[in-house]
Amino acid sequence: MPQLTACPICAEPCEPDDHYCGGCGVELAALAGNAPPHGSAARRAGPPGGGRGPVPSSAVRTVPAPPGARGTGPAAPGAADPRGTAGVRRSPAPAPRGHPDRTCVSCHTGGIDNDGYCENCGHAQPRERDHMERELEGVAGVSDRGLRHHRNEDAFQVSATILPSGAPAVAAVVCDGVSSATRPDEASAAAAEAATDALLDALESGADPQRAMHDALLTAAEAVAALSDGPSRDYNAPACTCVSAVAAPDAVTVGWIGDSRAYWIPDDRVDPRRLTEDDSWAARMVSAGLMSAADAYADERAHAITGWLGADAVEIDPHTLSFRPEGPGVVVVCTDGLWNYAESAVELAAAVPPDARTDPLRSARHLVGIALDGGGHDNVTVAVLPFPPAAGRGTEPAAPRP
Amino acid sequence: MARLAKSHLPEFSVEVYQNEFLPEGGREVNAVVTVTATGGGTTGGMPLTAVGTADGGRPDAAVVLMVDCSGSMDYPSEKMRAARQATAAAIDTVRDGVSFAVVAGTHVAREIYPGNGGLAVADQFTRRDAKESLRRLTAGGGTAISSWLRLTDQLLHSQDVAIRHGILLTDGRNEHEKPATLLDTLGDLSGRFTCDCRGVGTDWEVEELTRISSAFLGSVDIVADPSGLEADFRSMMETAMGKEVADVGLRLWTPQNAEVVFLKQVAPTVEDLTARRTEAAPRTGDYPTGSWGDESRDYHLCVRVPSASVGDEMLAARVSLVLGQPDGGVSVLAQGLVRAVWTDDTAASTRINPQVAHYTGQAELAQMIKQGLEDRKAGNLDSATAKLGRAVQLANASGNENTAKLLAKVVDVVDAARGTVRIRPGVTEADEMTLETRSTKTVRVKK
Repeated sequence: MPQLTACPICAEPCEPDDHYCGGCGVELAALAGNAPPHGSAARRAGPPGGGRGPVPSSAVRTVPAPPGARGTGPAAPGAADPRGTAGVRRSPAPAPRGHPDRTCVSCHTGGIDNDGYCENCGHAQPRERDHMERELEGVAGVSDRGLRHHRNEDAFQVSATILPSGAPAVAAVVCDGVSSATRPDEASAAAAEAATDALLDALESGADPQRAMHDALLTAAEAVAALSDGPSRDYNAPACTCVSAVAAPDAVTVGWIGDSRAYWIPDDRVDPRRLTEDDSWAARMVSAGLMSAADAYADERAHAITGWLGADAVEIDPHTLSFRPEGPGVVVVCTDGLWNYAESAVELAAAVPPDARTDPLRSARHLVGIALDGGGHDNVTVAVLPFPPAAGRGTEPAAPRP
Repeated sequence: MARLAKSHLPEFSVEVYQNEFLPEGGREVNAVVTVTATGGGTTGGMPLTAVGTADGGRPDAAVVLMVDCSGSMDYPSEKMRAARQATAAAIDTVRDGVSFAVVAGTHVAREIYPGNGGLAVADQFTRRDAKESLRRLTAGGGTAISSWLRLTDQLLHSQDVAIRHGILLTDGRNEHEKPATLLDTLGDLSGRFTCDCRGVGTDWEVEELTRISSAFLGSVDIVADPSGLEADFRSMMETAMGKEVADVGLRLWTPQNAEVVFLKQVAPTVEDLTARRTEAAPRTGDYPTGSWGDESRDYHLCVRVPSASVGDEMLAARVSLVLGQPDGGVSVLAQGLVRAVWTDDTAASTRINPQVAHYTGQAELAQMIKQGLEDRKAGNLDSATAKLGRAVQLANASGNENTAKLLAKVVDVVDAARGTVRIRPGVTEADEMTLETRSTKTVRVKK
């Protein structure tokens, strides 16, 4: 069982053999493998493992993948409706049942019913997706519900693989469910999973990363469209954005639909860059030369997105970009829950810790913390990919597909 | 009686329509809960002890017909004749195997058929005998409805059946007993059987009969013209024969410190159930819904919950349909969740769910008709005009055409959309009573 160093509910420090928190009385054993709440980027989540190869529990800092294997880090374990998961490669998490041993984190009195609400005060209990962290060697992601939304509609995946050339590559996919749509949380989970699977398949079979990225976005869009219950005028089909990045030894490749972003932050912090161009009203106004950036982003329509994944998308138009950085650095992939608090590449670069490349998880947590400290108005998800990707295990060709 | 494993028990389903988003500090959660029973199916392996069926799938039910035989039924004599014919038609509709009896009601209650202090089991012979015995339905005497109900209760409980139903026909006021006696009787007998009520002619009291039908979770209607009784009785009995499970309760869990502002059935008719709660467990109460066949009903629930922070989510209510079991427990037939989510997104929190809006309007429509007619009787014509005008507007906007037609017989509609009306002189009593009786009939949301 993962060992907690602090109570996930009230942050009270705890000893290795504590069964109950001295602060709030919550049963720690029940939470260690379960869901911590939102609220602190420094807390760790323990989404159950699964997936290809031995995926480490996230409470363990870094577990090198065995040579030739690839790991994927599910960011929304069990939360996604199985209908939405394209190509089931990991066993679905068991359906949550009653939690007879747990008491409510809100009133500390009632038990928890089968639907995850307190039997006494009715408060929804912390959910798996409220706060998620995932790290593989050389890539990490953190997602948080934020402080003002009732659930986390963001989802992400981080993964590492070996290219046919023997070179290592890491990838991250970050998706933001469109709140005004139906089941946005399912949309983002489905997209992150489908995009990751498609991306890894293509990369492992030697596809050009930009092509792989383009196709992965189309696959993700199909997965989200498949969640729709069918055409209806009143019906708002599940929808999300998607941004993904691959760091290989020779190039960084990003692909996106919507307004989730990727930034290049070089180690020397000189000339950091935003790599993506939002599919948003404001970006369109600016690129068409109709408004200044300041005016456009101040408009209440600024965040209206003009591109998304979903059955009701007008057209699926994946954007991709590939470039070879001149020196080492990190790619930061994030939802607008972060970039609302650090919009420009320079602002973001200033916020990224100096050791981001060697400790991407800490950086991801730190950036999520900045969003929460700034008000946590939206769900926030950040993945950090070092470039060049960690070497040392790229010595064997990729294992054949199972 | 043999209870077969596979019976004609309906399957229940619950759908919840609501806008779960509340603004900061918001406390009131509204939801429309649609309960649908689909008959004839299996129960998904759930062992339900409800309506057993005799072989051949006959319902395990009993029904008693109460026919007003007070002296006024002979004025005009056509009324008594029509009542006899209607009762005969109803008897023809009683399915084989169903237990039944006929009671003549005056200031006392008399057993007309079978007359042995019990019930007869329907077959071609008992139906024939019962119809012959209707000759003994003769007018003379007063009206004391409590005595009819008490005899009916005795008869219905003389056999161990699952569904117990009464049909009550009257043409006058409950004149020969104190109003308190009737109230006591309703209190004593409510929940022991269901009962549909019909008023024939225009000398009966809408409020009185509505109170009886409400207490027994049945329907109420006016049959102004006695010639309409036969068809009405036949259809009423057919509905009764379609009931497959009795004593279904609506169980409501609400969080601590929450308050149930109201729980109303809103379709097919408006029926306020708020006061009919019986506590079942901490934070949990049961509301009676009577017996169910193949049908769908809507309930409007309003709960006031303690406020929570933006970003919080709370279960505001859990709505279950429950059926009592012999061991004292209940089996849950279906359930739905009513949620509250606090948000600072005003576009989300100010949205009104269309179902909730619709039934809020239908409840107001019923209330406006009731108050408008009261004002009219009391001579407050300005107030009556305003209220009936509002009713016309609501009926028009919601597509409740039947109610709109009934209103148009009581007021002259100048502008339905604006609710401009003029009180019409010379309205017949029948039209006014029909409107009053049927004011609680609602229509569902147009899909």
